[in-house]
Amino acid sequence: MPRTTRATAVLLLCLLALALLPLFAEKYYIQLFTKMMIMAVFAMSLDLLVGFAGLVSLGHAAFFGLAGYALAFAAPQYEAANLWLSLPLAMACSGLLALVIGALVLRTSGIYFIMVTLAFAQMLFFLFHDTKIGGGADGIYVYAKPAAAIAGWEPFTLENYTHFYFVMLVLLVLVYVALRRLLDSPFGRVIVGIRVNEQRMRSLGYRTFRYKLVCFVLAGMLAGMAGYFAAAQFGFVSPETLSWHQSGGVLMMVILGGMGTLTGAVVGAFAMILLELGLQGLPEIGGMDIAKHWQLFMGAFIVGAVLLLPHGLLSLFRLGSRLRRKPAGAHDE
Amino acid sequence: MDANTFLIQVLNGIQYGLLLFLVASGLTLILGIMGIINLAHGSFYMVGAYLAFSLAQHFGSLWLAMAGGVVIAVAIGLALEWLLISRLYHRDHLYQVLLTYGLILIFEELRSVVFGDDVHGVAIPELLRASIPLTETLSYPVYRLWMSAVCIVLAAGMYLLIQKTRLGMTIRAGAANREMVQSLGININLLYRLVFALGVALAAFAGMIAAPVASVFPGMGNQVLIVCFVVVVIGGIGSVKGAMLAAVLIGLVDTFGKVLTLQIGGVQLLPELSGMMIYVLMAAVLLARPQGLFGKRA
Repeated sequence: MPRTTRATAVLLLCLLALALLPLFAEKYYIQLFTKMMIMAVFAMSLDLLVGFAGLVSLGHAAFFGLAGYALAFAAPQYEAANLWLSLPLAMACSGLLALVIGALVLRTSGIYFIMVTLAFAQMLFFLFHDTKIGGGADGIYVYAKPAAAIAGWEPFTLENYTHFYFVMLVLLVLVYVALRRLLDSPFGRVIVGIRVNEQRMRSLGYRTFRYKLVCFVLAGMLAGMAGYFAAAQFGFVSPETLSWHQSGGVLMMVILGGMGTLTGAVVGAFAMILLELGLQGLPEIGGMDIAKHWQLFMGAFIVGAVLLLPHGLLSLFRLGSRLRRKPAGAHDE
Repeated sequence: MDANTFLIQVLNGIQYGLLLFLVASGLTLILGIMGIINLAHGSFYMVGAYLAFSLAQHFGSLWLAMAGGVVIAVAIGLALEWLLISRLYHRDHLYQVLLTYGLILIFEELRSVVFGDDVHGVAIPELLRASIPLTETLSYPVYRLWMSAVCIVLAAGMYLLIQKTRLGMTIRAGAANREMVQSLGININLLYRLVFALGVALAAFAGMIAAPVASVFPGMGNQVLIVCFVVVVIGGIGSVKGAMLAAVLIGLVDTFGKVLTLQIGGVQLLPELSGMMIYVLMAAVLLARPQGLFGKRA
């Protein structure tokens, strides 16, 4: 089978498995996978910047967290917000923030860009952490999940965790397909061209700043979508959702999965959350509470992955298939 | 605000700025010379503070703790560069971000395993425990003045090292052209290792002298790291002079942001938004000079 066909087949199989999961999984796992799909959308939005446009942002949580706060503010107290109004509102808030921040940070590049995106995200963090907007450091509750009713007719309700799961699955596929099409479009080719050689794209007559800004805003809005559903699922928004741990975590998902491939971002998101869960479930060994200090092993895992897997987790599969195809006794080069 | 309070705040601001400079100068050197973005730099500050805390208990003297701590910090720096950082020179910034982020998690959890998650205090040495009275009610602690003095001495030492010595000359040459320096028969790897260890030692030392006034607590490294990023961005990457100016500027802005009150149109802006002030300053500098005050245009 040709490689692309096989990859598509694997992708469809995974999708089928995800679609069938609620049939036999318990509530806990359905909610866990919902969370993983939310983070996968978040990771794909960052991959658009990091993997395709070559813009390493360490402040992507700003857009994720802001949309969560937007939902919290849009909802009447103790009642549900209207999904069809509050979701576009939340995404617009994140998009607007991305427009403002992007216009500033895209004046820089390279190491500067990394540090400046981080600093702007911190600025937002302190805004919500130090002032009384949104409950300060204590955060704010989203008491009811957004309602999806249109003129009395309710196609689904997010209060039902299986419905929530399928809504996220549909959104995950939609975002994936939309990004795939975007990247295959002339716009996407320009974005990738900018990453490879911005000078050349500029000399070809493209206004690269505008392309990067559009890309930044799009990524911000998609991160907002993820943040909106994360807040809806968790029922709580705190400054932590804006923090640089969140930004660092999602960046890890993108890079570990193998950046520049949308599937990589999804794999990275799933893998990181499973790993986190796995480490937290470890028993006590030699008097040391591993579950409590799971971050130590997470850190060691990241360091090891950078040193040993330069192209992310997906390269493990490639490595495997290369070994299988190689006849016995053959050597590299 | 009367003149004495103003003076105290100015001194506090400068002292905080100089402390930031110690951490930020290492960060900017590692960035500018080695091209490594080191997120774990704040962790070294934390390591320094915890070393001061534990060694001071052990030796019964902060002076001995500092001496021992610097030696340990240099050793940590040399080992880290040798084991991990040296593998990142030819890799994309992304992997540097990732690996050093992993290091933060490791340092932070090791801290939690060894010292727990409590806040600790470190006593000011007997010699510097006095205060200088300004008025009947206001006084200024000698220790803070001593901190500023030490920072200034170290800054001057760094200036001399980088600008006036042969070692400094090779370091600057290495920043400009790594291959050329190497082909002249200079061991650039050793040079980088030294620069990295110097940066680690400076950050750790800053943590040690800050321990008695700022106390020792979890997460202290990350707080400093992000402020130091702002310092480096404002000052310009690789510029020690820029880091100095930016650090003092930020020290003053941050200190006065916390004590001034400002109300516009019935909305209380300061001190509520003081945490945001330095980022606003950074945004303003970026608008005017994207490469920072003393940075070279890329």
